[in-house]
Amino acid sequence: MAAALVLRTWSRAAGQLICVRYFQTCGNVHVLKPKYVCFFGYPPFKYSHPYQWLKTTAALQGQIVQFKLSDIGEGIREVTVKEWYVKEGDTVSQFDSICEVQSDKASVTITSRYDGVIKKLYYNLDDTAYVGKPLVDIETEALKDSEEDVVETPAVSHDEHTHQEIKGQKTLATPAVRRLAMENNIKLSEVIGSGKDGRILKEDILNYLEKQTGAILPPSPKAEIMPPPPKPKDRTIPIPISKPPVFIGKDRTEPVKGFHKAMVKTMSAALKIPHFGYCDEVDLTELVKLREELKPIAFARGIKLSFMPFFLKAASLGLLQFPILNASVDENCQNITYKASHNIGIAMDTEQGLIVPNVKNVQIRSIFEIATELNRLQKLGSAGQLSTNDLIGGTFTLSNIGSIGGTYAKPVILPPEVAIGALGTIKALPRFNEKGEVCKAQIMNVEKGERKPVLLNVYYAPRTMLNSVCLSLHNSTSQKQLKVATRFSDISPDRPGHL
Amino acid sequence: MLIPFSMKNCFQLLCNLKVPAAGFKNTVKSGLILQSISNNVYHNLAVEDWIHDHMNLEGKPVLFLWRNSPTVVIGRHQNPWQECNLNLMREEGVKLARRRSGGGTVYHDMGNINLTFFTTKKKYDRMENLKLVVRALKAVHPHLDVQATERFDLLVDGQFKISGTASKIGRNAAYHHCTLLCGTDRTFLSSLLKSPYQGIRSNATASTPALVKNLMEKDPTLTCEVVINAVATEYATSHQIDNHIHLINPTDETVFPGINSKAIELQTWEWIYGKTPKFSVDTSFTVLHEQSHVEIKVFIDVKNGRIEVCNIEAPDHWLPLEICDQLNSSLIGSKFSPIEMTVLTSILHRTHPGDDELHSKWNILCEKIKGIM
Repeated sequence: MAAALVLRTWSRAAGQLICVRYFQTCGNVHVLKPKYVCFFGYPPFKYSHPYQWLKTTAALQGQIVQFKLSDIGEGIREVTVKEWYVKEGDTVSQFDSICEVQSDKASVTITSRYDGVIKKLYYNLDDTAYVGKPLVDIETEALKDSEEDVVETPAVSHDEHTHQEIKGQKTLATPAVRRLAMENNIKLSEVIGSGKDGRILKEDILNYLEKQTGAILPPSPKAEIMPPPPKPKDRTIPIPISKPPVFIGKDRTEPVKGFHKAMVKTMSAALKIPHFGYCDEVDLTELVKLREELKPIAFARGIKLSFMPFFLKAASLGLLQFPILNASVDENCQNITYKASHNIGIAMDTEQGLIVPNVKNVQIRSIFEIATELNRLQKLGSAGQLSTNDLIGGTFTLSNIGSIGGTYAKPVILPPEVAIGALGTIKALPRFNEKGEVCKAQIMNVEKGERKPVLLNVYYAPRTMLNSVCLSLHNSTSQKQLKVATRFSDISPDRPGHL
Repeated sequence: MLIPFSMKNCFQLLCNLKVPAAGFKNTVKSGLILQSISNNVYHNLAVEDWIHDHMNLEGKPVLFLWRNSPTVVIGRHQNPWQECNLNLMREEGVKLARRRSGGGTVYHDMGNINLTFFTTKKKYDRMENLKLVVRALKAVHPHLDVQATERFDLLVDGQFKISGTASKIGRNAAYHHCTLLCGTDRTFLSSLLKSPYQGIRSNATASTPALVKNLMEKDPTLTCEVVINAVATEYATSHQIDNHIHLINPTDETVFPGINSKAIELQTWEWIYGKTPKFSVDTSFTVLHEQSHVEIKVFIDVKNGRIEVCNIEAPDHWLPLEICDQLNSSLIGSKFSPIEMTVLTSILHRTHPGDDELHSKWNILCEKIKGIM
């Protein structure tokens, strides 16, 4: 049985999607495989292939131009170099940012005047650079008859467009488009621009490429781009040619950094724990109704009431019956500690990633108190202000994959705990009631993972534990008990034996 | 004169200003005065970016007026740990922003006005702008002793700073912005702009502390509204344009296409903290252990806001060396931020279960380290 478990941590602040996949096949555990996608690039700098660049200028060698620091204004003679946006060997286009310098409270972005490859940087960070002295050396493309660069464009327009003089004709294209054309050996004069004023856009280059590739492939009677209208007698099915799409995106490798690294280590340790999973569905129709009734009452007291407080309380009731599931084991599984408090953790998605704060002592809290505490943790979690105390001391965890829309999940136990529950989304599904009629029911899938060696001799416990959790959720008697509990919460929150 | 502005008019006006190289509409006046309806520093900074990147300022300079809810704004190349009290800011809900212009750290609240003068690079002249502001203030309060200094500050009575300056110069355009203190909470300002962090070594631009004063302390009638109108009037007179302040909404994509992504970038951790020039922290703290004090030394190098080198040295009898090494290696690559420290601590707890004494020592150590982040 191969079960794929996806644990996604969102790092919204940095715009990074970090996707960590765990594969569990037949009880064996594969090492995780992190995969990193996308990044909000700053500076917006694209690297192209220098070798391709040089290929197009096979005949003539490029010339090295000294790009001097131009006059900044106000009689400024010297500046401090604060940040380099390029390094030696990078390809730059005209108007790309080269570096940031500072002079007397003015921050100046120096942009390139040429297209080419950076050959030398004349200054290090925090050095003083002088106006009129060389800043960088750029190896420009040699001037060819068919493609000419206008090296000095008068600074009139704010537009990022450069003009190419080609046999008296002006071709408008952005530096990115020109680079794309250069990389694919396309002469801009041969491309028809579809943009404003005959501007050549990226789509025009891609269309041009498609046409070119089509011309090279030998035409065959069956190979047609557009399938002909189907003739009733003719049974031949035309086979369309799929042209390889031109894609210039590049892979990006990054080291695993920060607490994600530590998290990865913990999860690897966690996966070494033999897992025993059990899954069932729970009918929550009554709970949904109850929550609808209680929501406005909670709101009047400034509490947002989700389903989680009910699940936490139900889990605690189940843990009272089966305290082994609230235990902790040491590293080598030699000692087991039955924890007295039910500190139930809830997986929370924050800017820092997946964090699991816990609600302390759920066993003595009422639904409203649990809801208040959850609100507090959620607020702190999104502000990045959770304290260490909120994050340590957990004894059992509930993972709410339903909140992001999933229905099935195989949760991973967080050591030193021995069990974890995963709750799916509540969905309206048709079910049979006692009379055998089809009715609408609110169904949720619950999965529980447990540590195998600990519970070998109580293998029946998971089922009964789950049943007790489920029972306490949709048993009408329990509903009334929960209802009573919430009403009494203000009067006597800490009465022993109180729900 | 504040005239409410219809969206269509504003859009058309800005379209006219976004002049292509070819044409030129003679109906456009040679200048524009804008005021933001938002108090969100990130949205307002994004407006500056947008105007700087997209508007053709040839012959048409722009004045932008804005105010922010409590925020500390640091310069492009500054170090927030060196410049302000980040712990206090987190407690009080004061935001932190990094602007794109150079210069030092300032505190904004609703009692402070920000003025941005947009011109072409050729017309960039800070002293001219400051003289304009001085004229505006003197028009409202003729006997006010206010003057611009060589450092482009505005001083009142020859010693109290009421305005600081910074600017950004690009390829074709430039902007010069300055603050103007009308009625800011001065006590709060000085407590926020005082860094409690010790042992920071850095080449980041340092701020020059100064004695400040509010204009309203000199003359209670110099409220923000009065000063805004005075500056706008003076700008209109100097540039021979209508004295109309156009209200703009910095989140409106139809008027400013692409502005929201600029605002988002300004709020990323990578921009605010990650752009801090490389620095190192060399400090120590003491911890109470069995009636004696244990000294723990901390050497951390931070690059791009992340810990590059980490050496936390604790005596072996208090914390075993290999545990210390584990902590050090876990911290490398982490953001220099308290929440990352908190999460790391909780993860370390999980990898060493059951050892309560170790856990409590770790907690103490981590709380101390968080105190320097």
